Amino acid sequence: MTDVDMPEKIEDIEIRLLLEALYSRYHYDFRNYAMASVKRRLRQAREQLGFETLSALQESLLHDPNMFPRLLGYLTVQVSEMFRDPAYFRAIREKVVPHLRTYPSLKVWVAGCSAGEELYSLVILFREEGLEQRTLFYATDINQEALAQAEAGIFGLDRLQLFTENHRKSGGKSSLSDYYSAAYGRASFDKTLRQNVLFSDHSLVTDAVFGEMHLISCRNVMIYFDRDLQNRALGLFKDSLARKGFLGLGAKESLRFSNQAAAFSDFVREEKIYQRLAA
Amino acid sequence: MSAIAPEAVVIGASAGALEALSVILPALPANFRLPLMIVVHMPPDRSSILAELFQAKCRIAVREAEDKEPVNGGTAYFAPPDYHLLVEANKHLSLSSDEPILYSRPSIDVLFESAADAYGPALIAIVLSGANQDGAAGLKVIADAGGTAIVQSSEGAFATAMPEAAKAMCPSAQVLSPQEIAAYLEKVSGRP
Repeated sequence: MTDVDMPEKIEDIEIRLLLEALYSRYHYDFRNYAMASVKRRLRQAREQLGFETLSALQESLLHDPNMFPRLLGYLTVQVSEMFRDPAYFRAIREKVVPHLRTYPSLKVWVAGCSAGEELYSLVILFREEGLEQRTLFYATDINQEALAQAEAGIFGLDRLQLFTENHRKSGGKSSLSDYYSAAYGRASFDKTLRQNVLFSDHSLVTDAVFGEMHLISCRNVMIYFDRDLQNRALGLFKDSLARKGFLGLGAKESLRFSNQAAAFSDFVREEKIYQRLAA
Repeated sequence: MSAIAPEAVVIGASAGALEALSVILPALPANFRLPLMIVVHMPPDRSSILAELFQAKCRIAVREAEDKEPVNGGTAYFAPPDYHLLVEANKHLSLSSDEPILYSRPSIDVLFESAADAYGPALIAIVLSGANQDGAAGLKVIADAGGTAIVQSSEGAFATAMPEAAKAMCPSAQVLSPQEIAAYLEKVSGRP
């Protein structure tokens, strides 16, 4: 049996049409996302938003502007941790930072920053290493609500034990509690951590290069893309990086299947940190 | 046995996974035709040793799944710890960092439901030993799509809650021992 014999399932037609509607109406393009996860998330959205079918959800999406941010929440939901995979941040600290020290000024891009866990991890690391003052951080995401959360810098206090443990394992030189104040079950991170951060709406799918970066960290974002879109995003990273700039990916991501692989060399192979080769 | 030749196997296992998989995977012959996608519940910070462990014992290829890699026959793919493993309709693997389902990442249900979409009736799904309920909902989705559902028999299983929950939600599931599962897979793989 081949795929050609199988008629497209109604749900698959609905998904295709809904993503088309989302793009035409709101200019958010999920059409080249990895569909297995999109399907899961849309099923969850349909159920929890109380629609019988994805077609009904689509109708609401087209006619009710309030439905859009709610659906976007489902489609872009990201769960992360500060200093997730401590060995990655240890490698940034021990292997990448010595190179970054040689630059008088630095630009760092956290692409797909979601609620900001990865951003704050890097800012704290840069402060500990004495690089924060010469660094401009760009934190971008397509979800405005997530960006607002990242800018607020407030996390559930129940998550701080894990964050603290991760930070320690990453070779942290200070106590994470130096950077937040706790009240009402929430940890509010020090606003001085955001003084060199630019939060911005940017899509890896549709937007372009906006600066020359020395480090781009984009972890567990591209696993949600199909291979074509991964190639586009990696091309964008390639064009955004200074010569010998660094690109850090998630623990299970790699350039192995990408047509952009030739533009990079392994820098810390086991932590998926790559270096941009000379053009 | 369903009328449609199977194209893939998915397996979910938790507590007692190693014992059951140690019977099944090494028994498969070098010319085993089908791909196997496997979720084993693991602590998130454990770097996965499963693939290495089984590679040494097996005649089929055994690997940790990589994002967007094409699914090849005769290869067992383990979900990496702390990521969900999914199959795309074009028979590529995807990883996801979405929230744990039933406290599990990787989740058996996530793999099973995506595989049901990708393979329809041409899928064999197996729920092995485990102490929770992950896999039950996914197994039902696979059976509803016409796939073949199998659960490990209680006798000799390290933990029976997971295969029993799967059997309860999916009564059509066959109940087999790991030895019988290995023999079944070898037999269906030999079909043209």
